[in-house]
Amino acid sequence: MLPTSPHFKENAARALADGGLQKALGRSRGAFQQKRADAAARLPEFERLREIGRDIKNHTLANLDFYLEHYARNVEAAGGRVHWCATAEDARATILAICREAGARTVTKGKSMIGEEIAINAYLERHGIEPVETDLGEYIIQLRQEPPSHIIAPAFHLNKEDWIEAFKAKHTELPPDRPMTERKALVDEARTVLRGRFLAADVGITGANLLIAETGSSVIVTNEGNGDLTQTLPRVHIAIASIEKVVPTLEDACAILRLLARSATGQEFSTYTTFSTGPRRAADPDGPAQYHVILLDNGRSAMVGTEFQDMLRCIRCAACMNHCPVYGVVGGHAYGWVYPGPMGAVLTPSLLGVEQAGHLPNASTFCGRCEEVCPMKIPLPRMMRHWREREFERHLVPRGTRYGLGLWAFLARRPALYRLAMRAAAWTLGLLGRRRGRFATLPFAGGWTAGRDMPAPEGETFQARYARLRRAGAGDPARQTRR
Amino acid sequence: MSGENGNGNPGKEAILGAIRRGLRRGPLPADQQALLAARIATHPRHLIPARSRLPRPAQVELFLDRVVAEFGTVARVADAAAVPQAVADYLAQANLPPSIAMAPHPLLAAMPWAERPMLAIRQGRAAPADQAGLTAAFAAIAETGTLMLPSGAERPTTLNIMPETGIVVVQASRIVGAYEEAWDLLRREAREDGAPGTLGPRFMPRNVMLITGPSRTADIEQTIELGAHGPRRLHVVLIDDDPAAR
Repeated sequence: MLPTSPHFKENAARALADGGLQKALGRSRGAFQQKRADAAARLPEFERLREIGRDIKNHTLANLDFYLEHYARNVEAAGGRVHWCATAEDARATILAICREAGARTVTKGKSMIGEEIAINAYLERHGIEPVETDLGEYIIQLRQEPPSHIIAPAFHLNKEDWIEAFKAKHTELPPDRPMTERKALVDEARTVLRGRFLAADVGITGANLLIAETGSSVIVTNEGNGDLTQTLPRVHIAIASIEKVVPTLEDACAILRLLARSATGQEFSTYTTFSTGPRRAADPDGPAQYHVILLDNGRSAMVGTEFQDMLRCIRCAACMNHCPVYGVVGGHAYGWVYPGPMGAVLTPSLLGVEQAGHLPNASTFCGRCEEVCPMKIPLPRMMRHWREREFERHLVPRGTRYGLGLWAFLARRPALYRLAMRAAAWTLGLLGRRRGRFATLPFAGGWTAGRDMPAPEGETFQARYARLRRAGAGDPARQTRR
Repeated sequence: MSGENGNGNPGKEAILGAIRRGLRRGPLPADQQALLAARIATHPRHLIPARSRLPRPAQVELFLDRVVAEFGTVARVADAAAVPQAVADYLAQANLPPSIAMAPHPLLAAMPWAERPMLAIRQGRAAPADQAGLTAAFAAIAETGTLMLPSGAERPTTLNIMPETGIVVVQASRIVGAYEEAWDLLRREAREDGAPGTLGPRFMPRNVMLITGPSRTADIEQTIELGAHGPRRLHVVLIDDDPAAR
């Protein structure tokens, strides 16, 4: 998928004007937040588990090479194969080769963000293999030929009308006058249509929420059961996972799983948490004859040891975007690539480059909600600031902004001049705005005033007021205003 | 295939090399590797929520309550001999045909199915036409009302996910508080090579499903609908085989 992240501003403007999208966002925004808050409140140990989760991931990342090798050895001991893929292209070519060796015509897919990241569907189609998404949300966006807008709810941006329209258009084998107004009817229809695809598929591709070094297992977490049908029924199972998914033991996995569902959907535990270890055993009555793991790097190893390493703790629960005021009004597509919201604003520049994705870390109010709810306690705002710094250092910031910041820095380093300039500005603006008390437009600040009025200053500057109150013997005015 | 084979494994070397450059070190020295291997071998537990730290009877109650809270249903019977009746009653009440695909599990096979001649039983993995599946859980986890179903000759994975109705027999004696306790049961009992005490991955069956309630989706307007791809109904038949848990 070609990123449209460089056009974030245009994307966002379009999203704000999209009535259907705004309806969908408005409906779901509060629900996710409430469900997570309730789930966290029901588990008194939740906050301590967050610290434990963070520490497990930090320990694993500090020894990532060891745990990956240990994991891979155990996959192979169980009869599976690990394919170490440094790039998305390596991963695509490896998957295609496995599919061809299996003589595959159709491939069922469980939901996988790595699948989106390496754009595997388009690649398989180009090479004559039909991929069939089986997660309900992924299925409809495949029918509509669009990318997911949310990392755990791919069809977050759609309303029921959109589902009805897509099913009517694509399920032409069914009677056109069938009743479809109930959500249940839509779910049943997808179940029936997709069951046939599950049974016919030659290869099943799933993602992995975790990899376990101790056992060589890949773990998927789903509610529908589509991932299990995908990995159980075909002859070949391919799990695609990025390198930071590994944890040392089943106990480490348990600690993280206690956080995942609660942070994501507010469930106590997802319906299906499944551990897969190698291919079918001699005595097994079912299961795939081959088990492959695509272990993808695609830029992640370059984050190790940098100020972005903490991002590799991410378990893809989507709590950050569910609580983000920016995501909440522009939705996921505006971010222009696979990962939206705060986690996308940090990860996308790491994977695509800050040249492509520099707008994303700027699309933040720095309210800090994302970090507050992150089960892995990832300092997302701090890392967005790091990206802003890098962007500035590399002269990717627009000239006007750069000159403005340069001017501000010049003044800020000269306190007397700064005070003088501020006094002059406050006096001038106060005089000009004394009639209406506010400005609807201001030179050089059109972007700011496009969405709101600028109040006219009412006299002295903040610094002057601060100094005056101190002189008046009121103690420290900062403390005074806070209490 | 790319990313593997050849002289060594270029994909693997590239990835591990880049990670080590980031960590500013080479491969870990042997003593540190031994420490990490020991952490895996002893697999220390982290915090276990207080919720499941209960006397046995309350633990069983917690399990049953959580199953119901997750949209499952429950029947409690005195012994294994009462299971066929409970299964037949459940199917009748739910208006389902008296027919089940049954896991070839010794516990299930020993039950008096002949007393229910109207109930059609086929043993083996699930077939597309099967409407109801019957399996026996390896263990059950009270913390979240979760069933542990490891694959193997006696427990086909397809029975967990293909039929519209899933019926799972749980022995009260196999209910534990937390996930960690269920994994320890598996570590102790499910070794294929029969050599307890040796460490390695081989206690792990091909597939272990932790199932909590029936299949569901909230992909349409973030509203839950049951029965997405797996069972629409999940019925637990609890055998009260643990005097301490009654």
